[in-house]
Amino acid sequence: MKLDQVCFRTNHLSPSWTLDAYRQVGGYQVLEDILSNKLKPESIIEQIKNSALRGRGGAGFPTGLKWSFMPRRLPGDKYIVCNSDEGEPGTCKDRDILRFNPHQLIEGMIIAGYTIGAQTGYNYIRGEFFEPIERFEAALEEAREAGYLGKDILGSGFHFQLHTHIGAGAYICGEETALLESLEGKKGQPRYKPPFPAGYGLYGRPTTINNTESLASIPVILQHGADWFHELGTPNNGGSKIFCMTGHVNKPGNYEVPLGTPFAELLELAGGVRHGHQLKAVIPGGSSTPVVPAEIMMGLDMSYDGIAKGRSMLGAGSVIVMDDSTCMVKALQRIAYFYYEESCGQCTPCREGTGWLYRVVKRIEEGQGKQEDLDRLVDVAENINGNTICALGDAAAAPVVSFIKHFREEFQYHIDHGRCMDNTA
Amino acid sequence: MTVGKEWTEQSIQRIIDGLEHKPGAMLPILHAIQNEIGYIPEKAVAQIAESLLQTRAEVHGVISFYHHFRTTPPGKHTIEICRAEACQAMGCRSLEAHAKQSLGIDYHQTTANRQFSLEPVYCLGNCATGPSIRIDDDIHGRVSLDRFDELVASHQQDMKEVG
Ligand SMILES: NC(=O)C1=CN([C@@H]2O[C@H](COP(=O)(O)OP(=O)(O)OC[C@H]3O[C@@H](n4cnc5c(N)ncnc54)[C@H](O)[C@@H]3O)[C@@H](O)[C@H]2O)C=CC1
Ligand SMILES: Cc1cc2nc3c(=O)[nH]c(=O)nc-3n(C[C@H](O)[C@H](O)[C@H](O)COP(=O)(O)O)c2cc1C
Ligand code: SF4
Ligand code: FES
Repeated sequence: MKLDQVCFRTNHLSPSWTLDAYRQVGGYQVLEDILSNKLKPESIIEQIKNSALRGRGGAGFPTGLKWSFMPRRLPGDKYIVCNSDEGEPGTCKDRDILRFNPHQLIEGMIIAGYTIGAQTGYNYIRGEFFEPIERFEAALEEAREAGYLGKDILGSGFHFQLHTHIGAGAYICGEETALLESLEGKKGQPRYKPPFPAGYGLYGRPTTINNTESLASIPVILQHGADWFHELGTPNNGGSKIFCMTGHVNKPGNYEVPLGTPFAELLELAGGVRHGHQLKAVIPGGSSTPVVPAEIMMGLDMSYDGIAKGRSMLGAGSVIVMDDSTCMVKALQRIAYFYYEESCGQCTPCREGTGWLYRVVKRIEEGQGKQEDLDRLVDVAENINGNTICALGDAAAAPVVSFIKHFREEFQYHIDHGRCMDNTA
Repeated sequence: MTVGKEWTEQSIQRIIDGLEHKPGAMLPILHAIQNEIGYIPEKAVAQIAESLLQTRAEVHGVISFYHHFRTTPPGKHTIEICRAEACQAMGCRSLEAHAKQSLGIDYHQTTANRQFSLEPVYCLGNCATGPSIRIDDDIHGRVSLDRFDELVASHQQDMKEVG
């Protein structure tokens, strides 16, 4: 298994985040070639499509296809926006790209700007990220001095400015249209989609939004070729992916491995389950993705299509490992509280529904549950699902349905006995 | 971040004037004021509204929407405890209880000596080494109850040295 092939490819250098380090792996060479050969944007998009790069922000939408939606010849402002808001509990990868390889993201954003016809880019970084913001800003400064940003870059006639924008502690601002509202200086409340940002984005102008890891993958794809990237992964799931291994593992951390790597191998890489315990369940893609019981998870491969076979989602690659000491009712209570707290309040099913989900799970956890509560929970979740402006509603519903589906007897035990089953904490 | 620092209408206006022509200036202005003063004073709301040609209600709306912004002065140090899933799995619940008890305050409160404010936070991006807390601009991982006490003590200490 090859590690650190894409976003973490400077990790062996120390320090890994300087312009110098980045140049040692061929950094900015792709940009220079594109500009000096005046490469056709269409051919760049073609290569990204062939690489089978899928959005690393969680939805897995093909990046090349998304770029092709941009009306690049339309006169007037167009924007490229990087989503570094990384707020999904269990996700800690974009932060490490900003800390350890910020130049690769910058190069990716400049190439994206050139390809979609944007002269302005914003990187929206989560406000809680203090050190990553500093690293990114320092890299921007280096890139400006080296002439990769600004007017008439390397004498090519292409102009591109890149700015940092700092969030202020609202999970919902990671949703792309909420992020745009926030960039405009408003409350971060999602907009209806469609229109998608490619048609109506920042200040109503065509905009492409991509996740940090998606954009940082671009220079590597163009440097080594679409086929190289595609073959790293599996068909339709190109490249490698950073997995954030957290929870009950011996060596938690970020691991960049090829897509399609068996979960069992990834788990081993992270040191296996906490000593003296058995794997119980895994949330494979961040708290908004359905939980998967151990026996199913051990048979899955870590790719978009692979995790779908376990009725869950790869999401942002945020793998939360739970061992046999975990009380599933308690775990669900915490997740439910998070979505209740973070709902932006625009849609009634989400605003009211997340509160109901939380209160009912809480009362089960506290031993006050009623017999009809389990069906009630599923009912409330199903009434949220698909009936809201953004996917936060679905994100709140998915864990509830999956926890009850797979661990119903634990919830039942709580209702019947007012406490956890003996084998859990 | 420090305790609510001295400010005047003029000092706030200078911050606004320096940023108001940026596109999407609202968040940068709020960040700058809070970084400088420690919070967003009521008076600033009217000034921002006037400068950005928005209503005061709109400015209030934005401030209250984002968890990060506060409208009262914080203690000298702000302690944020991560309550998100990865940290919960590593025992942040007992850490929370311990923090509240040892500081004698609940979330969103400040100790009587104005040394510490306590805030919940949802994921500091440090999930691999939870439970995580942030004190001012430093993130600390694997915070046991003892480690928490040590960190608090060391921040008490620096207060004594400074005066
Ligand atoms: N990284 C993180 O911290 C978090 C990630 N997520 C993930 O976010 C996902 C949901 O994100 P959404 O943006 O709501 O998904 P989505 O499926 O609506 O969109 C995905 C991307 O494809 C584009 N797109 C989709 N269909 C399109 C079309 N017909 N025309 C043009 N563009 C199109 C969208 O603009 C967007 O950029 C979830 O699956 C979840 O895993 C959720 C929370 C936090
Ligand atoms: C509630 C919610 C929160 C989200 N948070 C993030 C985030 O923090 N980072 C991210 O890249 N995408 C996040 N997304 C997904 C974005 O809306 C969008 O799909 C993504 O930024 C597109 O980039 P990609 O195609 O490169 O993945 C979130 C979606 C929802 C519904
Ligand atoms: S689903 Fe929830 S978070 Fe999303 S727009 Fe509606 S109320 Fe806001
Ligand atoms: S869950 Fe606590 S730092 Fe991410």
